[in-house]
Amino acid sequence: MGQTVFEPWNDPNEKPLIQFKGVTKRFGEFTAIDNQTLDIFPQEFFALLGPSGCGKTTMMRMLAGFEAPTEGTILLAGQDIAPIPPNKRAVNMMFQSYALFPHLSVWDNIAFGLKRDGMAKQAIGDRVAEMLKLTRLEQFARRKPHQISGGQRQRVALARSLAKAPKLLLLDEPLGALDAKLRQDTQFELMDIQEKTGTTFVIVTHDQEEAMTVASRVAVMDHGRIVQADTPARIYENPNSVYVADFIGDVTIIEGTAKRAAEGYDITFAEGQPVLHAVSDVELTQGQRCSLAIRPEKVSITAEKPEDKRNTLKGKILDIAYLGNLSTYHVELPTGQIIKAQTANTRRLSRRALTWEDEVWLGWTDTAAVLLEQ
Amino acid sequence: MRRLTWFNVTSLTLGFAFLYLPMLLLIVYSFNESKLVTVWAGFSTKWYGTLLSNDAFLDAAWVTVQVAFVSSSIATVLGTMAAYVMVRGGRFMGRTLFSGMIYAPLVMPEVITGLSLLLLFIGIGLDRGIFTIILAHTTFSMCYVSVVVSSRLVSFDRSLEEAALDLGCSPMQAFRLVTLPIIAPAVISGWLLAFTLSLDDLVIASFTAGPSATTLPIKIWSSIRLGVSPEINALSTILIAVVAVGVITASIITKRSALRQQAEERAAERL
Amino acid sequence: MRRAVLILTPYLWLLALFLVPFIIVLKISLSDIALAIPPYTPTLDFSEGWRGFKDFLSALDFENFIFLTTDDLYWKAYLSSVRIALIATTLTLLVGYPIAYGMARAPEHWRATLMLLVILPFWTSFLIRVYSWMGILSGEGYLNQFLLWIGLISEPLTILNTPVAVYIGIVYTYLPFMILPIYAALERMDGSLLEAAEDLGCSRLTAFWLITVPLSKNGIIAGCFLVFIPTIGEFVIPSLLGGSQTLMIGKVLWEEFFNNRDWPVASAVAVILLLILIIPIILFQRNEQKQREADG
Repeated sequence: MGQTVFEPWNDPNEKPLIQFKGVTKRFGEFTAIDNQTLDIFPQEFFALLGPSGCGKTTMMRMLAGFEAPTEGTILLAGQDIAPIPPNKRAVNMMFQSYALFPHLSVWDNIAFGLKRDGMAKQAIGDRVAEMLKLTRLEQFARRKPHQISGGQRQRVALARSLAKAPKLLLLDEPLGALDAKLRQDTQFELMDIQEKTGTTFVIVTHDQEEAMTVASRVAVMDHGRIVQADTPARIYENPNSVYVADFIGDVTIIEGTAKRAAEGYDITFAEGQPVLHAVSDVELTQGQRCSLAIRPEKVSITAEKPEDKRNTLKGKILDIAYLGNLSTYHVELPTGQIIKAQTANTRRLSRRALTWEDEVWLGWTDTAAVLLEQ
Repeated sequence: MRRLTWFNVTSLTLGFAFLYLPMLLLIVYSFNESKLVTVWAGFSTKWYGTLLSNDAFLDAAWVTVQVAFVSSSIATVLGTMAAYVMVRGGRFMGRTLFSGMIYAPLVMPEVITGLSLLLLFIGIGLDRGIFTIILAHTTFSMCYVSVVVSSRLVSFDRSLEEAALDLGCSPMQAFRLVTLPIIAPAVISGWLLAFTLSLDDLVIASFTAGPSATTLPIKIWSSIRLGVSPEINALSTILIAVVAVGVITASIITKRSALRQQAEERAAERL
Repeated sequence: MRRAVLILTPYLWLLALFLVPFIIVLKISLSDIALAIPPYTPTLDFSEGWRGFKDFLSALDFENFIFLTTDDLYWKAYLSSVRIALIATTLTLLVGYPIAYGMARAPEHWRATLMLLVILPFWTSFLIRVYSWMGILSGEGYLNQFLLWIGLISEPLTILNTPVAVYIGIVYTYLPFMILPIYAALERMDGSLLEAAEDLGCSRLTAFWLITVPLSKNGIIAGCFLVFIPTIGEFVIPSLLGGSQTLMIGKVLWEEFFNNRDWPVASAVAVILLLILIIPIILFQRNEQKQREADG
């Protein structure tokens, strides 16, 4: 009797809210989005993640109506949205720069969209009050954007975009301008509001921590394509490519040749080094080049050779990155390759056993690493 | 960080002296007792008296103000439209020609513009008078307005317009409710520029005024042709004073509101 | 639909009141003078139908243009105008650049006031400002009075009604047009570029020539066009300050039109002037477009 897990993408009875079908977007010679097919389900908090220029903002702007696909269709609740101009879509956007109207008060900014709908004055008043309460801006209602702080402006932008209760809310790098502490608090606030209002959120960000924190699913993008769209856990633990493994979090990639073995593969990666073993479902041919991706926190680092781990390697500590709660050790193998191992600093600095130049043993189990094609 | 060298200070001082000395001399000698402008004979305000009772001048001044007001207002509307088309219009047939027609009047010698407009009016049989001057002034003023407004539009944050569209505005509404209020200062300064150009214009007015209408510049011109006169000095002083007061007031108001805005922003951050 | 109205309204206005008049000027330049109202022939009379139109076309000729080449006055005036414009533009640049430079280097809180001081004369009447120089440069004018008084000269200098007065007048009137674009370009310039140059071994002067001047190039070009092109056709300044000695085409055009009442010849003068100016105008417009695209 546990909590029902929110996984509409795995449920065949669920109908997606947004469907990209073979969407391509070209700007002259440049292809921004390449033949993209994707489903986003209602009430998801969906993140588009990737470096600058990967196409994430273009996808969002196509949903908002400020760009039109060169090829393919985009459906919103089953309807083709291409012929619908941005002012008539049930989609609202929270802009990166907030785009608050400087000549209107906070109250008027939030009411702006409602007035365009021809809502009754009383109804507008009620709805704006509701939005002000939701974003805790009641006492700033009469102020103009330049009279409130950056964090407050961000909340006004959010309130304004939620006022019309859109089916879909697009958030364009909404937390970029906030300092780290405020950003964290706001991330949780956003998740709260999303749950409370039951709106589908699509967020565009280049900050992987942000995506991993807030999203129900993350789509990692590269040069106009979605490389992997999955829950944060699966993205992290089961990346489908070297690109995703490398993009999210810290990772060591070991390249080698694979040979079929019990439950998985044996990987030979260098002369004179022990053969590594990994349990994997991936289909590889005999002798195929592959990559083994292992997260630093899954690698143990000890002075003595570990008895309980299938994969063990010997090396010398080259560098230690001290992060307060964790330390990341860069260990150099005799082949010259560097493997990263991370442990919590459970003991104080002066009492730590390991230091630079120490000879150490690294170890990980045969299920800890992910085997990927090159 | 940027420090002024003695060269900078000298060039600034000499430069501004050069710009202002002639006007100062004009003003000082408008209070000259003697009719010979350049020979000082004592302080007197009598020339202001004769000026203000000179009906011809006053009539011409009234015509000039009317023409300036009407032409600058129409020019502002047309110029703003033109600016919007140039900056946001995208590609359309004949855009190069349009762009050429917007920029060319800025540098076109006035004798050519004046002559061509006069020949047009004659050609279509339009009687010359206040109306034709208004048409002429509107035409060259709108180009100046469009330059001022388009340079504001270029730096205008488009995401504000997109936000308006996103919230349900038609493009026309977005312009009216969001863009226009924000670019209003540029539009107003465009209007002021058009007003000044019209007020000051001699050549084009001479061509297009015809025998019935006289503007103040035309009147001043015919007076100057006869030589330097203290009445003109007095008139000049009045015009300079009016403009100076206007410009200084406008800049004080803008500065005050900018300072207030800055202070409010700083206060907000501290909360 | 709306878009069409938005584009067409200013477009049609300009076509009707800017472009069409030029075509008319061209037509008149091909006509002959007549003692009639209007004082030229042939006039286009649609009531005659197609035959009337053909008669009309056959009556046009290049007589006036040929006339312009026969009389010395005209080509001398064109040449003189271009020469005066070139000299005046250079002088304005030499005077305006240091002022713009000083403004750009001034402390932040002075700049707005300095801008104001440069713009203020521009808002006051152009006619009056030129007029003020008459009082300064004449034989009994303030300049001569001053120079005589301090003993620098023993006899009044003749400046008024010579080309020198015209130069002074043009520099004075067009100075804001030169200062503002240059100031805008200098103000935008990143001060750390100069520091980098000095760090790499440049003297102040070399840094100025190698860094500042090239980076303000656009402003210089814009300023020069804004002075050069209108100056060629200037009328008021040469009339008030230049006297009969100074030959400028703007004056010639005015006199042809108002004094000689020879509209066809005046039109021919205008057409040739336009042809001379077309290339600079196109270059000016191209430069503005480039600036727009670079900023936007």
